Amino acid sequence: MTLDYAGATTKYEPTLGLEVHVELNTKSKMFCGCATEFGAEPNTQTCPVCLGLPGALPVVNAKAIESSILIGLALNCSIAPYSRFARKNYFYPDMPKNFQTSQFDEPICVNGYLDVEIQTDEGQKVFRVEIERVHMEEDTGKSLHVGGATGRIHGAEYSLLDYNRAGIPLVEIVTRIVPGTGKYAPQVARAYVTELRDILRSLGVSDVKMEQGSLRCDANVSLAPIGSGKLGTRSETKNVNSLRSVERAVSGEIERQANRLEAGERIIQETRHFLEESGQTRPGRSKEQAEDYRYFPEPDLVPVTPDAKWIEELGTRIPEKPSVRRKRLQTQWNCPDKEMESLVNAELLDVVEETIKLGAEPTRARTWWLGEISRLANEKEVAPTSLITSKDVAEIIALIVGGDLTDKLARQVVEGVISGEGSASSVIEKRGLKVVSDDSALMTAIEAAIAAQPDTAERIRGGNIPAAGALIGAVMKATGGAADAAKVRELLLKHLGRG
Amino acid sequence: MTTIYSSATEMAQALSKKDISSVELTKLHLDRIEAVDGKVHAFLHVDSQGAIAQATAVDAKRAAGEKLSPLAGVPLALKDILAQKGVPTTAGSKILQDWRPPYDSTVVAKLKAAGVVILGKTNMDEFAMGSSTENSAYGTTQNPWDLTRTPGGSSGGSAAAVAAFQAPLAIGTDTGGSIRQPAALTGIVGVKPTYGGVSRYGVVAYSSSLDQVGPFARTVLDTALLHEAIAGHDERDSTSINAPVPQVVAAAKKLDVKGMKIGVIKELGGTGFQAGVSQRFNEALELLVAGGAQIVEVSCPNFEYALAAYYLIAPSEASSNLARFDSMRYGLRVGDDGSKGAEEVMSITREAGFGKEVKRRIILGTYALSSGYYDAYYGSAQKVRTLVKQDFEKAFAQVDVLVSPVTPTTAFKIGEKSNDPVAMYLSDIATIPVNMAGIGGMSLPVGLAPEDGLPVGMQIMAPVMQDDRFYRVGGALEAALLSKWGKPLLSNIPELGGM
Amino acid sequence: MAAISRDDVAHLAKLARVEMTPDELDHMATELEDILGAVKRVQEVATAEIAPTSHPLAMTNIFREDVVRPSLTNEEALSGAPAKAEDRFKVPQILGEE
Ligand SMILES: [Mg+2]
Ligand SMILES: [Zn+2]
Repeated sequence: MTLDYAGATTKYEPTLGLEVHVELNTKSKMFCGCATEFGAEPNTQTCPVCLGLPGALPVVNAKAIESSILIGLALNCSIAPYSRFARKNYFYPDMPKNFQTSQFDEPICVNGYLDVEIQTDEGQKVFRVEIERVHMEEDTGKSLHVGGATGRIHGAEYSLLDYNRAGIPLVEIVTRIVPGTGKYAPQVARAYVTELRDILRSLGVSDVKMEQGSLRCDANVSLAPIGSGKLGTRSETKNVNSLRSVERAVSGEIERQANRLEAGERIIQETRHFLEESGQTRPGRSKEQAEDYRYFPEPDLVPVTPDAKWIEELGTRIPEKPSVRRKRLQTQWNCPDKEMESLVNAELLDVVEETIKLGAEPTRARTWWLGEISRLANEKEVAPTSLITSKDVAEIIALIVGGDLTDKLARQVVEGVISGEGSASSVIEKRGLKVVSDDSALMTAIEAAIAAQPDTAERIRGGNIPAAGALIGAVMKATGGAADAAKVRELLLKHLGRG
Repeated sequence: MTTIYSSATEMAQALSKKDISSVELTKLHLDRIEAVDGKVHAFLHVDSQGAIAQATAVDAKRAAGEKLSPLAGVPLALKDILAQKGVPTTAGSKILQDWRPPYDSTVVAKLKAAGVVILGKTNMDEFAMGSSTENSAYGTTQNPWDLTRTPGGSSGGSAAAVAAFQAPLAIGTDTGGSIRQPAALTGIVGVKPTYGGVSRYGVVAYSSSLDQVGPFARTVLDTALLHEAIAGHDERDSTSINAPVPQVVAAAKKLDVKGMKIGVIKELGGTGFQAGVSQRFNEALELLVAGGAQIVEVSCPNFEYALAAYYLIAPSEASSNLARFDSMRYGLRVGDDGSKGAEEVMSITREAGFGKEVKRRIILGTYALSSGYYDAYYGSAQKVRTLVKQDFEKAFAQVDVLVSPVTPTTAFKIGEKSNDPVAMYLSDIATIPVNMAGIGGMSLPVGLAPEDGLPVGMQIMAPVMQDDRFYRVGGALEAALLSKWGKPLLSNIPELGGM
Repeated sequence: MAAISRDDVAHLAKLARVEMTPDELDHMATELEDILGAVKRVQEVATAEIAPTSHPLAMTNIFREDVVRPSLTNEEALSGAPAKAEDRFKVPQILGEE
């Protein structure tokens, strides 16, 4: 009989461990001046250093150190007064030197934690995830496998290597084992990676795009019978490329391991790959023998000993924790959960906050950014914030509230700003989009409409009030929508003796 | 008249007076190489075209009245371990056959900027691993004093080229004595600068924490001029010292040792040292005393462990540094018949491309770093390094410079030690402590051993970044020896024909 | 210390990616044992209280500014490649992992 997830977690206690690799968004690579921009032609962002040419030497990127310290501080870590790079020796064609310059027993940040909150059967609950270490290393190149039936490695005839990514700075964040999550292990894992991603984004140190690989997660899972007080053998699942996958990979591994244990089989310590389609994992390369990385201190680099003043200065740059900020803003704006979630997912929190700070009413600010602006951004496949500034949006909202713009006119203003006609005020000016509130101007249009449709006017005079719609429409059309429809109606009816 | 037998200083003077052009001087040396290199085999690659082009450019600048560096237009031989853009750079290894770097090492860039004319690349022990130049994949270099003997190594080609008047200047590298030992065995001056004094960028790495580039020449002043041309801070080398270059040229011109305290290291002499070596060494000490120096005997009890520590540290670092030679990105590729995977092709290539000594050291280094042995071997060796440094610190607290013979014996026969690695390693016993501590040292010819008529070298050592001290002592001693002999030591070298 | 066996050398040779014939393995085992016999002397003086020195000079904090410098051209980068295709380094099939 196979166990389902509920069955598995009734019998077994899962223990989690998470390793997250983050590509830093420095302009240049970790140890050389090559650009890090995504999407360049193959092997055009390489140099003797990142190609591992004979004789080339590394020099550490100061910004990468700074970013690593910021990450450590945001994760409540101690910043090591003395840390070093080491060489991790193993052969792989996408690694130009056949060693990775990494940190081993002397990482830059140690002993931190991150609290994450999830919904449980007993309500919201906080889990503390302890951080063992944060260390710096470098990324590898990319290989492309050509030939063979599937295009995968197996059956490939040869491989092609592009080293543009080799040497891009990576920070690896390693948790201690997270015990006691019980059946919530998958949610805790997801919440941790989500919170971590948000923190990294708020620090501005990485693009944190899981789909582009700038944030990658390896999930370690082990099981032990509930109450045994033991730790089981763990598997390490790689290739988990989205937040949803983090959750699925952990629950899938729990189920798989539980069923193996049920069948009396042993869990093998191994690397497994997450399969996006099925949510299952499959074994990776089975190692004939444990790797022996022969770490030793990198002789081409000198130790990193950040002074207390620098660390203190960096400490002042740690922003409010994203989860705390979200809660604060939600309360301040009186924002429903769903809408808050939409704002977070669309990465609009910052710009909405700015718009509100500039005087816009919170509900309108949210609606404009999530609605019309997001719609236009979607059409153009760009970020909403690249289309229009919070200042323009705040100005438009102020005009709406003041009665100077109708929603329809406001949409025209937004469109004008986006198509590059200038700021909101200059679009209004150039297109003449102010609400026409001048009664005499409206009266001229009303009289023209009556003259054009004398029969309709007669019916209204006769008491057929709903017929006014046709004349109001004509007036609105004549004024290019720049009139307040209610005002037109009022003036029209009054003029026809029905006011 | 300027000839190939002139010193670099004399050549530079003649060039500046326009008594000779750089093209003429370069051609004299190319002719000499053509005439004698069949016997000496100092060169792996003669870049006649490139040299003439460089010389022509210097002559043009001089004709235009441009201000030139002191050595502008003087020819030089470059050890084949330094990357020179577009010129074959093999490090004496088959695995780098035909490799032409797409970049210049910092030293080459500096030489080019100084207008020094690079004649070609000189032979060496493969990847600088050796003390006889017999480990080159491209044949042995012969000692111009006796063609049946080795010129020492690993920079044997550079030393032989200078001794055989194929070039007045040469560049070598010194990891455990690879400049000082061949200088001693060929009767010329060679200097291993303070670690970090000369950039390692573009120098094919053997042992990163020990390697250092340095000058060879036939006089102390010539050596100092070349030292100043290549030394100085380089931001591409993280281990480069950011401080002014010691005033070595001024020191070489001082010709005075009055009041200097000179320490004789008790442990580097006596038993195991050839009688003629000790005799010439002691006579040189007498000349220093006559010059007003004070001789003090000092003890460095941990030096006896330095050799063992060196043969753990250097192979360990080398095993990692040489991992990049895997046939993927450059160099030799063997066995790629379409049926084998990358890993197998790597192994076959490395087997075919590395020589015996290189493989020996890679395996030894892999062992010393592997888990379970690291502490006992690599770790212990690093501790010995601490002890050797402390010995030097104590000694330099008492004296200005330390002296010893450079080698236990004069030049040995080709083939004599090539099958006994441990015996071969012993020839570096006096030079290795200097590399372990990162200090600088000079090898100065002090006569011919009476029993075999071969050159004997004295090693003069100074504390970190006090390289000027050994130039001062070396300059004064050279002058005293010259007045004693009445003619330079090298005038005793046998004719090689073709002069 | 135990003698170095041929299997030990075979393991090291595999770690170091050097293919060796059985003859070579035997020969290397003998040589390695000789050399280790000579170099294990370091253990005589390397006591626990001595700090290891991995770098000859006590330097710290050598960094470069995060500034982009020109890279090699694709042609220069690939100039030494034993084989190339589609602007990339062409290598034998990479087996064993995805
Ligand atoms: Mg890692
Ligand atoms: Zn680069």
